[in-house]
Amino acid sequence: MAESTRTIEIEVLRYRPEQDTEPYYQTFSVPFADDWSVLQGLQYIKDDLDSSLSFRWSCRMAICGSCGYMIDGVPKLGCRTFLRNYYPNKVRVGPLENFPIERDLVVGIDDFIGKLEGIKPYIIPKEPRTPEQGEYLQTPAQRDQYEQFSSCINCLLCYAACPQYGLNPGFTGPAALALAHRYNADSRDQGWEARSEVVNAQDGVWRCMLVGYCSEVCPKGVDPAHAINQNKVNSTLDYFGVLKFLLPKGAAK
Amino acid sequence: MSARKPYIRPMDGWWRRNPFFMRYMVREASAVFLAIYAVILLVGVFRLSQGEAAYGAWLAALTGPLAIVFHWAALLAVCYHAYTWWKVMPKTMPMLHVGGRRIPEVALSAVGWAATLGLSVVVYALARWW
Repeated sequence: MAESTRTIEIEVLRYRPEQDTEPYYQTFSVPFADDWSVLQGLQYIKDDLDSSLSFRWSCRMAICGSCGYMIDGVPKLGCRTFLRNYYPNKVRVGPLENFPIERDLVVGIDDFIGKLEGIKPYIIPKEPRTPEQGEYLQTPAQRDQYEQFSSCINCLLCYAACPQYGLNPGFTGPAALALAHRYNADSRDQGWEARSEVVNAQDGVWRCMLVGYCSEVCPKGVDPAHAINQNKVNSTLDYFGVLKFLLPKGAAK
Repeated sequence: MSARKPYIRPMDGWWRRNPFFMRYMVREASAVFLAIYAVILLVGVFRLSQGEAAYGAWLAALTGPLAIVFHWAALLAVCYHAYTWWKVMPKTMPMLHVGGRRIPEVALSAVGWAATLGLSVVVYALARWW
């Protein structure tokens, strides 16, 4: 702490289910160094000020996707958001919007996990290759079709950014639909028909109103809004029964 | 016994929470002006089918101060609508690659903006001088 010269006020939304009926803000004064992230500020609070504060975190380098919070009302990763950018003002940290609050900054994500499973996020080949047939081959151009969508770290900032998900919790949502597209767009995969029931549904791509904020807040450049909205066209073609003629790679259940 | 008691936050006033959502609402609301303007034009076609006097009355009604104010408001709304329409349009398209490089979204939007501007100038010129 030797190098810390400044102190910032961090307002944290608290909710302790065993004693609180609704959430409330609690303010902490946190001395910080120039390179401190919001996550480090929360860790300082937990270690030195109030050990009862609950929040999720793990890798501290924007790859595990655990430390998504609402920071001054914007969904961000706590580990790649810096306190110096808010000082001398105070900064408000809350749990991700559109999810039920379990405790303090911890939200319930069971709904998302179920939806993630629902889109079958793995390669579904028409006929699995045998070792004798060798590896799957893919050109760089074929990889370019899905690589961006494979960067998702399931941090759920996009769900917190999506008013449609808040208003209609049945919506499959940005990350799950982007991952469905990631596999559908993969030349090694023929599983689009197996995913079509979820993707083509009212609560699939059609629930999206193209607000577009999901793509804005994504820390990995996945652009879920792009994945979802180009599949409205595919969903329409599928409805009229022409998609299977346009997809040269065929389909597998 | 589970101590879980998840707290679900209300969605009231969600679109006022973030300037991004406000712009989204303005974008969607601008379509209302488009719809009203389309109805006015349809009425004009209908009045034209009723004869010269009816059409003349419709034209005269459009010169009133209220009609002028509405048309200026509609023009602004339609300009914003066209801007945002082309801005999000690339999200609805598959990725396009030329020479191994992806065409950036803003380039696709720019084609739409240019086409809108060009056609508007042509329509204005035809209406004004032809």
